[in-house]
Amino acid sequence: MDLTFGLITGILFGVLLQRSEVIRYDRQLGALLFQDMTIVKFMLTTVLVGMVGVHLLVDLELAKLSIKPLILGGTVLGGLTFGVGWGLLGYCPGTSGGALGEGRVDALAGIAGMLVGAAVFAEAYPTLKATVLTWGDYGKVTVPQLLGLSHWVVVPVFCLLGYALLRWIDKRGL
Amino acid sequence: MFASERSKPWNPYIAGALAGLLLVLSVWVAGKYFGASTTFVRAAGMMEQTVAAERVASMPYFMKETPKIDWQWMFVVGIALGSCAASFLSGTFRLQAVPDRFAARFGPGLGKRFGVAFLGGAVAMFGARLADGCPSGHGLSGTLQLAASGYVALICFFVGGAVVARLLYGKGR
Repeated sequence: MDLTFGLITGILFGVLLQRSEVIRYDRQLGALLFQDMTIVKFMLTTVLVGMVGVHLLVDLELAKLSIKPLILGGTVLGGLTFGVGWGLLGYCPGTSGGALGEGRVDALAGIAGMLVGAAVFAEAYPTLKATVLTWGDYGKVTVPQLLGLSHWVVVPVFCLLGYALLRWIDKRGL
Repeated sequence: MFASERSKPWNPYIAGALAGLLLVLSVWVAGKYFGASTTFVRAAGMMEQTVAAERVASMPYFMKETPKIDWQWMFVVGIALGSCAASFLSGTFRLQAVPDRFAARFGPGLGKRFGVAFLGGAVAMFGARLADGCPSGHGLSGTLQLAASGYVALICFFVGGAVVARLLYGKGR
């Protein structure tokens, strides 16, 4: 059943990504060059809708949060490394298959590279786990926990900040 | 070619909001948050298993992320299928080996683009696994759950990407 849900969810997400053109190289690079914020508009709207919905589900005990730990060594170094690769490839792991689906065959080279990158990481994991992945380990922490506030204080504030950012992007015609 | 009504791009706010609803529904019905990069670990492990099954079984990372097809694996495959169907139905499917912007700056040669894409893919995936997530797992699912790691990762993704994009394309064009 899990597999069927995964496939259906992926197909619907793929349709939305393709029809709003956010999987294209030119759009992804456009965002990284701060010229075309289409993918930021898409992502931020997804996040704001998801933020309200998921916290409602959690409060109604219909779902659980699944928080990834903040380990500064891994999150910061890994995040910057990912960014470097993303700037070169122009697709991210989720959108590379979608790019291939709409005929962008250079995504195949990216997918091959990602499989190699995953294999190399699996080799390096024992070393990294004993070093980088121990630096600055804060555990599975959320912003409301860090601030000592209810998530229903943080969610509306983040929604307002997100709305303001989107207004600013629209005003500049990006 | 004239852009027909059906080939026009959808409004990113509406598409993004629908993606948000889809994510909420997925969390509710299936208990699954969006993510993508772990799938590449599982797929790499499945490929390595065909030549060195015992070695794969003994590697700590493949014990943590077992090489098997799971919800996220099918989600990633589904994105490709959904995109393919949508591009055909809207008449926007286009076989293209070198993106327009890349060709305008570095020429239409296949070797250069494929080399850069392969290298970028390898670096990106190593980084995503080190960070324990990509723009789906951290950028969408992490930030919407207000995970501190999601915000730190997303900022680092954009910083790294913006530096490289600036190095490749200069001040824009």
